[in-house]
Amino acid sequence: MTALTNAELPPLLENGTRPPGFFARARDIWAYRDLLGNLVRRELKVKYKNSVLGFVWTLLNPLLYLVIFTIVFSVILKNPTPRYGLLLLSGLLCFNLFSVGLTAATTSITANGPLVQKVWFPREILPLAAIGANLITFFFQMTILLVGLALFRQAPEWSMLWLLPPALLLTLLIGAGLGLMLSALNVYFRDVQHFLELGLLTWFWLTPVVYPFSLVARALNGKFGDGAERLAMLNPMIPIITAFQRVLYNPTNFPVDQQEQFTEMIHRSNLWYVENLGISAIFALIFVWGGYKVFSRLEGNLGEEL
Amino acid sequence: MFTSSGSGGAVSQAPATRNGSGRAPSTTVAIEVSNVSKRFRKHSEPAKTLKERVLTLRKSTVSEFHALQDVDFNVQVGETFGILGHNGSGKSTLLKCIAGTIRPSAGIVRVRGRLSALLELGAGFHPDLTGRENIFLNGSILGFSKEHIESIFDEIVDFSGLDEFIDTQVKHYSSGMYARLGFAVAVNLEPDVLLIDEVLAVGDEAFQRKCIERVRGFQAAGRTICLVTHAPDMVRFLCDRAVVLDHGRLIHVGDVNDAVTIYRRSLAAQGHEVPPDDQDMLDKIATSGPASPVRLVRTWVEPPAGGVAYRPGDRVVIGIEFEAEPGMTVRARMAVHTHDGVQMVNVSSYDIAGADIKADAPVNQARITIEDLPFTDGHYLVTVVLQQPDETREYDRSDQSATFDVNSGGPVLGRVALRFGLESGPVGVA
Repeated sequence: MTALTNAELPPLLENGTRPPGFFARARDIWAYRDLLGNLVRRELKVKYKNSVLGFVWTLLNPLLYLVIFTIVFSVILKNPTPRYGLLLLSGLLCFNLFSVGLTAATTSITANGPLVQKVWFPREILPLAAIGANLITFFFQMTILLVGLALFRQAPEWSMLWLLPPALLLTLLIGAGLGLMLSALNVYFRDVQHFLELGLLTWFWLTPVVYPFSLVARALNGKFGDGAERLAMLNPMIPIITAFQRVLYNPTNFPVDQQEQFTEMIHRSNLWYVENLGISAIFALIFVWGGYKVFSRLEGNLGEEL
Repeated sequence: MFTSSGSGGAVSQAPATRNGSGRAPSTTVAIEVSNVSKRFRKHSEPAKTLKERVLTLRKSTVSEFHALQDVDFNVQVGETFGILGHNGSGKSTLLKCIAGTIRPSAGIVRVRGRLSALLELGAGFHPDLTGRENIFLNGSILGFSKEHIESIFDEIVDFSGLDEFIDTQVKHYSSGMYARLGFAVAVNLEPDVLLIDEVLAVGDEAFQRKCIERVRGFQAAGRTICLVTHAPDMVRFLCDRAVVLDHGRLIHVGDVNDAVTIYRRSLAAQGHEVPPDDQDMLDKIATSGPASPVRLVRTWVEPPAGGVAYRPGDRVVIGIEFEAEPGMTVRARMAVHTHDGVQMVNVSSYDIAGADIKADAPVNQARITIEDLPFTDGHYLVTVVLQQPDETREYDRSDQSATFDVNSGGPVLGRVALRFGLESGPVGVA
């Protein structure tokens, strides 16, 4: 055991209080990045521990979606959308990252109650780790989609690939912002997690994942005039999902007579996508700021309210 | 006690503490608790859903409950500091304030350096992860980097004695193994301040001894320890200073022996049964020999005939109940101390009766009487030790667990109650 000498003594500090300001907090979280990493690893390891297939389950889920939706929609319902399963996965994986991540983040503090009561660490780590774990899952599930695309010899839109990193980042920011807010609120009102379930279900059906964006665009343009499709971007997940679908599913792969459902998506310029993501980014910043505000307001009493 | 157990007439010394151990007291504050109060809102059942909140809004039964009131003390760097208190005295709240997991309603708590808490069983562990994974998880929860944990990983495993099981899921561990791992992590991380909350009581004797040794090493290295417990002897054994909490208020700061006495009195005042023998665990550590054939079941003082206190001159009966193999001879030694540690009497059964106590049955009783009690006002603590008749071996003991009070009803100062006479007159007349 190494002895301490007086010279090494650190200063007397108030424990469990945070430096004021957004960036000071971010630095605080950065200092605990090892914990963040360990918690992400814990989430992933624990999820499939003691199951024979283990991590394969993560892959089976999207695979099953791919197979079932292709059969049901293309074969049974004779949906004209070509390779419907691929369209679905292109949007669904990203939406799942958001919705499953947000759900896990919301319950992260209540689920780790004993820890929160016993040890101090930046509590933001818990919801962030929940989202981090889902990000890893997302990457793994993405391989299924990529394999699917390869099998059908369907190339992504390489020239627009650069849209995806910002789109993914926005998904994480929106999830993290809302996650921070809801995880702290859920400690006070357990209703939050149940409410969220319904909220996310609604959100899912208000986002063109199962149906193509053109349906939304045509409805809005028809009602309010050309260009009204922008109103859809008030749902900040729509720019993200459409970007994913445009790049990965890439409807230009199909002969022109099969592109009818995707005309809006195909004939919009890159700028259109960027502007839409810009709208999402505004929402993301509002959510992150709101999450920071709510969290810093509530975090002091988390330990005793649990 | 620990330092002297086994030697003849062990009770002839007031209990030794680390106070006299000669370590130079440091003057740098490690933990500063200044005027800390903590109020909790008291709901009959905390409203956890919106509906409940709305429904209870009207008949708002929110009352405030003071868990801590104006608690004020400092812990010096290198000190081992005890926090004693009955259940509900606020000691866990205080510890949480120090750990930073809850914020005081008023006042401030400041800590110097990195703090590590010995968590309650399992708080930092995930049952589905292996011991190895949990070491890293637990270490990072306590704020230590991966590199730091890697550098002491072997030490942790070594200390826990769990190398065989380190890649086994923790849920297959016994509670003792769990505790060993937790202790190993918290202690080997070498924090500046270590918080220990009642956890030393788990694990087998060998491990407990190891823990105590480690705590000693910690002390020797000049690190600060804050120990929360309701086992007074643990405090006496390990701590330099202690505080006693009673219903959220600090009723004592400082000397360890006084702390123990005051704590016992506060327990008694609440009608709690004073723990008969907290000594058990530590004694086992100190006197690691073959299992004792004699066990002191309880020690008591028969209540005074009229009221709560004896009067000088009364007859006091001290009873013991002990288990022994029939046919054994046991020497009982009894000492009475004042609350401030002055020994009033120290006597053995042989001194009293010229013979030792014969155990006729598996469970036996004995009574020692003090005729014409010569003590003045005070609170007196009775210690009984059962020994081998040649006093080379101590079987069992109960340290100051039985008490009695004396009230003389008069203004006599001093320690003893004597009978006095007074005559006066001019010199040479008589």
